[in-house]
Amino acid sequence: MAEGTAATEPGKLERSAPAEIAFKDVVKQYPGREQAAVQKLSFTVPPGEICVLIGPSGCGKTTALKMVNRLISITDGDITIDGQSVRGLELTKLRRGIGYVFQQIGLFPHLTVEGNIGSVPRLLGWSKQRIRDRSSELLELVGLDPKTDLKRYPGEFSGGQQQRIGVARAMAADPPIMLMDEPFGAIDPIARERLQNDFLRLHHQVRKTVIFVTHDIDEAIKMGDRIAIMRDGHLVQMDTADEILAHPADEFVASFVGADRGLKRLRVRTLEDLELGPANGAGPSEPSLRRRTSLHDALSTMLAEGTSEIQVTDDDGNVLGSASLDMIARLIAPDEEISTA
Amino acid sequence: MSGLSTVLVPAAGGPVIPHYGGASKCIVENHQFCASWFFDNFSTRFEPRLWEHLELTAIAIGIGSVLAFSAAILAYKANWFTTPFSLVAAFLYTIPSLAFFEIMVPITGINRTSAEIALVSYTLLILFRNALAGLQGVPAATKEAAAAMGLTPRQSLFRVELPLALPAIMAGLRIATVTIISLATVAAYIGAGGLGEPIFDAIQTGFKTEFIAAGVMAILLAIVVDIMLVGVQRLITPWSRRRVRVT
Repeated sequence: MAEGTAATEPGKLERSAPAEIAFKDVVKQYPGREQAAVQKLSFTVPPGEICVLIGPSGCGKTTALKMVNRLISITDGDITIDGQSVRGLELTKLRRGIGYVFQQIGLFPHLTVEGNIGSVPRLLGWSKQRIRDRSSELLELVGLDPKTDLKRYPGEFSGGQQQRIGVARAMAADPPIMLMDEPFGAIDPIARERLQNDFLRLHHQVRKTVIFVTHDIDEAIKMGDRIAIMRDGHLVQMDTADEILAHPADEFVASFVGADRGLKRLRVRTLEDLELGPANGAGPSEPSLRRRTSLHDALSTMLAEGTSEIQVTDDDGNVLGSASLDMIARLIAPDEEISTA
Repeated sequence: MSGLSTVLVPAAGGPVIPHYGGASKCIVENHQFCASWFFDNFSTRFEPRLWEHLELTAIAIGIGSVLAFSAAILAYKANWFTTPFSLVAAFLYTIPSLAFFEIMVPITGINRTSAEIALVSYTLLILFRNALAGLQGVPAATKEAAAAMGLTPRQSLFRVELPLALPAIMAGLRIATVTIISLATVAAYIGAGGLGEPIFDAIQTGFKTEFIAAGVMAILLAIVVDIMLVGVQRLITPWSRRRVRVT
């Protein structure tokens, strides 16, 4: 856990290896309630992946998340981090090794940004200089300016900026795991989108195993390497966004992901997923897009340009082949037929 | 009334102030305020009383703070404690001050101790209520963040909850201090010293200058101490002054 972070040279990003999180028949039963809030929940999040827990309110997703750092006690079953039971660890030690970001942000208003980010490192006994270096580095990583912002108080920042500080604080001691409970839920849509993108970029740079709770299916599709859909304390389906959209396990999942799930798939697939036609299939006048463009954006371009074909290029602009409206339709269509049959 | 016998001003019948042979016209005719007499007598008659007054207040606030803040923390952690302590503190607070001082005399005598016991009792309700309100006003999200970061309950209390309760605690401290500075004047009635001594004395003799000088000094003392406490509050809660910057 946290003590696995060896001292590194100042200015160099500290990285611990991400850990595997496994739920094993986890039950949460509140006294006096007939139905358990979480019932025999079992799933595994591989190291370095973002697993999104999603479902209607009251489905037990937040309860499941908070049992990992034992903000909520586990009634039965176990949760392990790299094979080690969270029930066997000392509470403070467990929590100092897990980054926690939640909707209400919960920054300490009486501490400066540096004081906030440095909270856990101080508990771990880091030197002042190391905390300062780490704070500057993280602040820059989340898109704020260490020169001006380190010495300011949380009250001086907007909601979106505060949550950026919240993310930096959660990552301060370089925990191998992060728990995020609707972290962007209270942020306005434009800032939320930026935060989502920045967090994905950040996650690409600094791999953490992340459990991410949301009730927004679009956010789940965007953020999750894997999505776990919950209902009434049960896990209904867990798979990649594309699989869940293509093959919803039942009526509930199908209606939960939305009637437009075919369109939503366009967001998770890219031009790379197509078997491209010959490079000369499209004329030179056709628009060209990079291969990592989502099918959603590619389709949008085709519709906007009034064409049914586009050129696909690699990151350097070399033409790889052509893509057509038909290809996109074929990639999405067969699955649709099966699942609605 | 024996407490008043220690006062230096000769209090006899007949003329108000008979012992000032070379006294100015202002003194002899007992005008509202004789500035030259005040300045001549400041260092002997008023300055020691001023310091006594401050000491009376400081001791009462100090002991009261220790008691009230401990009680507030206890009540914050164990809710059942709130009602009994509030009841006792509120009861003490309702006792008229002169009566309270009188009640203490048969128990602890005519002295400082009696005065301090009464004064401390008056601080409890204000300090306790404010500190408890401050602690209870700490946002749940802040406490959740502290717990989730692995702060122990004690670390959370001392590093997060108490600092965040400081504005409310300081507000209580200001009210309590001003109240005690005012009440401490009455404490001279049982020989506790302070600015109440010249006031009681002047009531006896009718010497207006002494009465007004001591009274105004008590008021100024309250104002100055209050301003100083505001300064302290600003110093220790720098975050509460800076507000949201529009982005």
